[in-house]
Formats: sequence, structure tokens, C-alpha cells
Amino acid sequence: MKLTYYPGCTLNTVAKQFDASAKKSALELGFEMDELSEWNCCGASFPLTPDNIMGLSAPTKVLAQARKAGDTVMTLCSVCYNVLKRTNKVIRDDTDRRDVVCGFIEEDYDGSIDVLHFLEVLRDRVGFEKVKEAVKRPLEGLKAGAYYGCMLLRPFEDMGIDNCEDPTIFEDLLKALGCEPVGFPNKIECCGSHLALGKDNEEIVTKLSGNVMQSAAGSGAELIVTSCPLCQYNLDGAQEKLEASMPGYRPVPIVYFTQILGLSLGQSETELGLDTSRWDARPLLKEKGI
Amino acid sequence: MMHKLAKDDIQSDILGQIERVSGEELNKCYQCGNCTGSCPVSFAMEIPPTKTIRMLQLGRVDDVLKANSMWLCVSCLQCYSRCPKAVSAANLFEALRQLSLRKGESHEEIKDLPFPFLKGAPQQAIVSGFRKFVS
Ligand code: SF4
Ligand code: SF4
Repeated sequence: MKLTYYPGCTLNTVAKQFDASAKKSALELGFEMDELSEWNCCGASFPLTPDNIMGLSAPTKVLAQARKAGDTVMTLCSVCYNVLKRTNKVIRDDTDRRDVVCGFIEEDYDGSIDVLHFLEVLRDRVGFEKVKEAVKRPLEGLKAGAYYGCMLLRPFEDMGIDNCEDPTIFEDLLKALGCEPVGFPNKIECCGSHLALGKDNEEIVTKLSGNVMQSAAGSGAELIVTSCPLCQYNLDGAQEKLEASMPGYRPVPIVYFTQILGLSLGQSETELGLDTSRWDARPLLKEKGI
Repeated sequence: MMHKLAKDDIQSDILGQIERVSGEELNKCYQCGNCTGSCPVSFAMEIPPTKTIRMLQLGRVDDVLKANSMWLCVSCLQCYSRCPKAVSAANLFEALRQLSLRKGESHEEIKDLPFPFLKGAPQQAIVSGFRKFVS
């Protein structure tokens, strides 16, 4: 199986380990990620106001490009997934906006592609049972917190990947890898998102990400998995502040779910880029005998 | 404080513009408070989502535009997700931001962004931040 793949800007730059670990794991699970030969940034936020037609042009260009290569496009980043999937629905269902956007970008596209997330491919096409069979190094005893954030799940009627109040797709994958999945109260809450940018927002991001971390750590998570580079950035940063301000707070490694997947499939820590994380997961893995 | 409800206030051009840009119908909201209860940043908003909508229903657009709320909304969609009337406070806040940005008034200046942020932040933070804050 070969799937057209859209990496997006962040996976091509600061989150290369997310991209590399996914590509390698996919091959081991029997499918190939075929990166689009030409692509642009999706815009990194879906234009919430229907009147902002311009904001649809960048993601529609990506979709039109992908349609030339096949009938599905797969992403890894939660934000790319959200933007592409929601845009695709607009282009499919709203012919007025479709005509304006497609006229502007000079593409003939009708919304007929399926936008998939890597997690969905693992669940629905490969199957978690098959993933489990492929595991070479079960991650026994590792208490991994499943952090979804916002973009993978909401709005439910557009995203539909899982129940948006109590999703389990991460936990189900983690179970297949031999981990002990930890769901926690704040697993679907926001990390602070784009407030990462801005002069007066640091305290708020620290509070939001800090709430997520304390909720996860309080539920026993020793490591957090995510599918969003911005979540990772905000959680990493908040832990620096928590460490400095809260006596006894122990930062927890935040890793991409594909790094944990790759680890269970036998890839090495350096290959997976685990040595480049802000909070090192290697001592924890060693302690667990993984 | 007594607020006098005038027909001109609740049928003003600017309210019509907010409804058109956001795609939301303000009168659908029946003030249950689910949005504010679900909003992760309502604690820091000068006017939280439920109250923002009530004030818009009453035509108090100026007060709403002066508040910090629209710049703090993280577009997480918890409000919309849990609204029994399918109203999106997120879309309304986005419309308010756009009304301001489209006048050329940026909320953040690119030249003020610290170098370590530009160098280390994920590209998506920079791109989405520009879309939300820079005109
Ligand atoms: S949840 Fe919906 S109906 Fe309830 S106060 Fe908020 S916008 Fe109004
Ligand atoms: S989208 Fe904005 S208003 Fe709605 S819950 Fe999130 S932060 Fe609050």
C-alpha cells in the first residue's frame, strides 16, 4: 500500500523526527508514505469565519495537488489534518466558495479526496492487531499519557476521527505497543496553541499547558505522547516554568506517538531522535528496561 | 448600571457585519453558560464568551471590542463543541479579530518577536500566530 503524504512545514523543519519515525515505521508495517512532490504550507489555522475565503486557498492548493496523485492524502500533524479535512469539506459541499477559491488558485478541484491521519491508517487500514503482531520490543510497564489536544478532534462533525469528549484511539494504539496507557482529565484540553506567539501570553500558555501536565502527572503518566508539534513546544516550555516555580515538580518527556511506535518496532533511540527531545526520555526507558 | 436598550443599537450595521463575517446568529444563544464553563481561557478574559454574546445581543459592540477576550481565545472549539444551540463563540471571536485586523490594526508586531522564538518555535506557531494577530 502506498499513501500520498503531506508533511507540512513543521515536520520538514523542527519536527523532522516526527516525519522520519513515521516513514520508517510505515515501511515496517507494510505501507509506503509517498511525499507530495510539490506542496505549500496549509496556513496552520482553518479560517473559522466563512467570509474568509482567502484562507482556504493554501489548503485547497495542497488538496488539488494531492488529488492528482491519488484519492487519499495522509498527514501526521494534527493541525494540518484539521485544516485540510475541514477545507476539503467546504470545497466539497459549498459550490459558491469552491468556485471562488478554485478560480483564484487556478485548479479544478471538487473535494473528492479523503483526508486521513496516520493514526486512522493504523487503526482502520493496518489494524491495531497487526501493529501488535509487528511489535519487536513491547514497551511493558511504560505509563504513557495520551494527549489529544484540540485539532485532532474538533469540531466532531468535521473531524470524526474519534469521540470528541472521550477519545481512545491513542490509548488503543499504546495498548497494542505494550504500554500502559494513561488517560487523564485534561487530555482533550488546549495547550495554549498560537498564544505561543505574543508578548503578553506567556503566563496563559504556562497555565494551560501546566494544567495539562499536572493532570497527566497526577494520573500517573511518566511520558506524554502527542501528534502536534505545537502542543509539544508549549508543554515543553511550560515544564521549564513549572520546574523553576514548583518545588518537587519533575518534568516528563513529551514525544511524538510515532517515536514510541518506532521504538516498539525496534528502531534505535538515536534513529528516532529521542536524544534531541527537550526532556530526555532515555533515562526513563532505561529504568523500565526498554 | 442601567442599560437603555435602543433599537438602533441592536440593529446596527456593525452587528450585522459581525453576524455576516462570523456566520453566526447572535439570537440563537440562550445564555446557558456552557461556553464559558468549557473555555480554558475564560478565567483571563475581561468579558467571557457567554457575556460577550449577551453584550453583542444588546448592541454593546464597543465594550466587546475594547476587551482582551478576542485576543485570548485559542480557537480550541470547546465552546462550540458543547453549545446546545450550535453557536460558535470561537467564530465570533475570530470575526471580531478580523474586523480589527482588516482596519490595519495589528495586535502583535512582527519586529517585536524575540529571536529565540523565531528560531526555535514550530513554523505552525509562527504562521497561525500571524494569521490571528497580524494585519
Ligand atoms: S453555550 Fe451556546 S447557548 Fe450556551 S451561552 Fe454559550 S453560546 Fe449561548
Ligand atoms: S474557542 Fe475560544 S472562546 Fe471557545 S472555548 Fe476555546 S478559547 Fe474559549
